[in-house]
Amino acid sequence: MANAILVLAEQLRGGVSDITFEMLGAGRTLAGAAGAPLYAVLLGSEAAPLATKLGAADKVFVVDNPQLNLAPPGPIAAALKTLVDQTQAGLVLLGCTNVSLGIGSILAAKAGLPMVNFCRAVKADGGAILCTSQLFGGKILSDVKLADGRGIISVYPGAFSPDAGKSDKTPAVEKVDVPVEAPQVVFKQYLEPETGDVDITKQNVLVGVGRGIQTQDNVQLAEDLAQALGGAVCASRPVIDQGWLPLSRQVGKSGMSVKPRVYLALGISGAPEHWEGMQNAQCIIAVNTDPKAPIFDGAHYGVVGDVLELLPVLTDKVKARKG
Amino acid sequence: MNTETSMNLYVLLKMVPDTVEELNVSADGKSLDAEFLRFKLSEPDDHALEQALLLKEKYGGKVTVVALDAPEVDDVLFTAMAKGADGAVKIPINQAGLGTVASAKVLADFLGSPGRLTADSLLLPGSQAIDDLEGEVAPLLAAALSLPYVGVVCGVKAVADGKATVMKEFAGGLRAEFEVSLPAVLGIQSAEKPPRYVPVAKVRAVMKSAKIEEVEFATPERLIQLEVDRMYKPEAAGRAQMFEGATEEVADKLVEVLAKSSVI
Repeated sequence: MANAILVLAEQLRGGVSDITFEMLGAGRTLAGAAGAPLYAVLLGSEAAPLATKLGAADKVFVVDNPQLNLAPPGPIAAALKTLVDQTQAGLVLLGCTNVSLGIGSILAAKAGLPMVNFCRAVKADGGAILCTSQLFGGKILSDVKLADGRGIISVYPGAFSPDAGKSDKTPAVEKVDVPVEAPQVVFKQYLEPETGDVDITKQNVLVGVGRGIQTQDNVQLAEDLAQALGGAVCASRPVIDQGWLPLSRQVGKSGMSVKPRVYLALGISGAPEHWEGMQNAQCIIAVNTDPKAPIFDGAHYGVVGDVLELLPVLTDKVKARKG
Repeated sequence: MNTETSMNLYVLLKMVPDTVEELNVSADGKSLDAEFLRFKLSEPDDHALEQALLLKEKYGGKVTVVALDAPEVDDVLFTAMAKGADGAVKIPINQAGLGTVASAKVLADFLGSPGRLTADSLLLPGSQAIDDLEGEVAPLLAAALSLPYVGVVCGVKAVADGKATVMKEFAGGLRAEFEVSLPAVLGIQSAEKPPRYVPVAKVRAVMKSAKIEEVEFATPERLIQLEVDRMYKPEAAGRAQMFEGATEEVADKLVEVLAKSSVI
């Protein structure tokens, strides 16, 4: 039997994140191709009840240790290293998410395995594993081969369907004791999301602005359009980091996931971190000066042009149409 | 223990291709074409520098910026000093083609060398970079130096008694506070404030008065060789239906789409 495949089940505040099911689905396919067992790993003293959700795995390993609750990457990687040794796993799948970022790098160093980051596709090729990674903000793809099928893969959310990783079966559960060093990083408290004046997850129309909006003053042009459309303005990370819009308006990996009827991506290149948060919009309209911006690969409608020129004209026309 | 005057802040700076420019794949099909690449400071690293400067302003201490060799890196190091860094170190090993595992090894060798790390050191790399194919430098550095690590940090609230209280981002705007014992590595995602602006004249003045310290290390071999089969641009045939024409025309077409989606 081939080396086992291990999926680190990602959890936050008592729930299993979708990325876990996406990885289990991808893992199931790889395990089938290799004739390998697929294992899920749950860490922390509150994780055991979640095992029932992980029926796509052949077995769920639970490390029931409070020191692993919301632990930083170091101790989690150390616990995973022990499990990799115990289960003779050859491949480990982790989420390329804020929750799991950093674990893979440390595990790779500890286990002497290569790591493939930013992965959005993975398939078996004989004994090898072929990964496709998204680099440079999604502008370049890189095919990487793990020749002997062994390594750590950090998987982008949204790369695989979560449905394939869901199962009604009850998985076998094995509790394992793993030594955990005294923590040097201690969780203190959650800081709840800022409740802004507007809940962008509840809007029918969102006018998203990115770096292409250029200045804080120009954000008003997007506000005008949003107002005409009865929607709200939101933004990608660079705009939020500049302090031009509050954190409650951020869409993407660290911000909100939104599903409006229409999402206008204005001056947004479409880096994977942003795409993750708005890919499920029913209709995506992208405007960007760069004809090669990745946003056009996923949008439904596109315009190559300057948002600053287009915005006032579009706002006037929307107003005129509404009468 | 009072850390107020002796905090030792190291900011690790990395150059990445500017993605505003067009990126092309070289003839071998396995790397970026270096000829027309323009480099800029990796964005999270810019925030790491800002966070370090904010900490220095609040608690005192010393900020040292450290970088491997890369095109335009001297400008970035002088700019950091113009912004308020006390010293700059360049390790004359070319960052290109080194990979994150080997880069982290060099930086760990440097920071682990005698006299560099102190009990109240904070190492501030960016949380990740857009070309971190084989892992991120920040956690690798922490692992190599056996230091505690928190990543995706979006602010340092306080430093006292050998401990730092830091904020980490999750998703959906949720953040959490962690307390970490110094010395430690914090992978910075964003600083509490946008990176400061510094006038070019000030950078020029620093170029005349300040020096970049060069510290030699042996170039490590690539420690883990990821076999890149192919590098390529995503399929250009996206599914977006493109509207062309004058601004007026394009706006009319967009209004039709908005109407079809029943939002107007």
